[in-house]
Amino acid sequence: MTRALINAPKSARRGEIIEIKAMIAHKMETGYRIGPNGQPIPRDIIHRFACTYGGVEVFAAELFPAMSANPFIAFTTVAMESGTIEFAWTADDGTVERASVELAVT
Amino acid sequence: MRAWSCRALLLLGMALAVGGQAPHTDRRSGFDFMAPETQALQQDDASNPGMLWVLEGEALWQEPAGSAGASCAGCHGDAAKSMRGVATRYPAFDSATGRPIDLQGLINQCRQARQGAEPFAAESQALLALTTAVAYQSRGMPVEPVTDPKLTPFVEEGRRLFERRIGQLDLSCAACHDQRWGEKLGGSVIPQAHPTGYPIYRLEWQSVGSLQRRVRNCMIGVRAEPYGWGAPEFTTLELYLRSRAEGLPVETPGVRP
Repeated sequence: MTRALINAPKSARRGEIIEIKAMIAHKMETGYRIGPNGQPIPRDIIHRFACTYGGVEVFAAELFPAMSANPFIAFTTVAMESGTIEFAWTADDGTVERASVELAVT
Repeated sequence: MRAWSCRALLLLGMALAVGGQAPHTDRRSGFDFMAPETQALQQDDASNPGMLWVLEGEALWQEPAGSAGASCAGCHGDAAKSMRGVATRYPAFDSATGRPIDLQGLINQCRQARQGAEPFAAESQALLALTTAVAYQSRGMPVEPVTDPKLTPFVEEGRRLFERRIGQLDLSCAACHDQRWGEKLGGSVIPQAHPTGYPIYRLEWQSVGSLQRRVRNCMIGVRAEPYGWGAPEFTTLELYLRSRAEGLPVETPGVRP
């Protein structure tokens, strides 16, 4: 189950700069910790975050083991036209968690 | 843990003056002692990581479980209405066991008795999520005074546990949180130990945790043997903390450094 909190305006004027905040629940296991059995805990982090707006990638970030658990990313984009803003978080095990919000541009 | 031991060591050098708890008018949540950045993190629901647990808890609320196939929502309906203010009244007296019971205990009791499901393990993700979601419905409401006379002996017992010196460092909860709040323990300010934000998202844990986990941290810090998970002492202590925190607003999900 994707547990993500997206904070984005529902509507904006054309040309307006909008701020988008995205947070996802993820343990971001660094791979450097030792488990109770004495073995290293395998690395499991989200290594890429991407945001597309109307099908076009407007923001992307590479993440590394130093990121805290439950990564929070805030960025801005320019409202062009009404459409779907989609978010994708890609984890080390290949799973992609997705979320989306609708933006109405007037 | 190491940091805690060091901080506790620092305390050894201090002469412990006898003092009472903070007067009624000077009760302050741990929130007031935090850096403005951490306060902002708690106050903005879009950036408070504890909201992720609320989100999960609200999903669990709707989910049928156990042999009865019933969900929380099946009996209790909309949590925003039925669970409003509940966290301000817990721990409360449980007539089945004749002891105080806290929110987590209540959720597990309901699971066993009404849903016919296995109780959640202590400190499990699901139990924390559901507890956070339930307590969240009381956010902003003041903690109610303990008025049930059946609870009086347990409040007194909780006070005794709070004031009892424990561990190799021979410190009581009261030695820091009643007598030295507002002063420094290592680099951190000592708060008054009000349980108003629990379950909290602690930055050190990078996760949501219960009051029991927090108290266990403190007990290990003074090098005492912590009570076991779900031990009755925790509920008794939590009840006493509730009686101390009377009138302070519930903050769940709180964020602490």
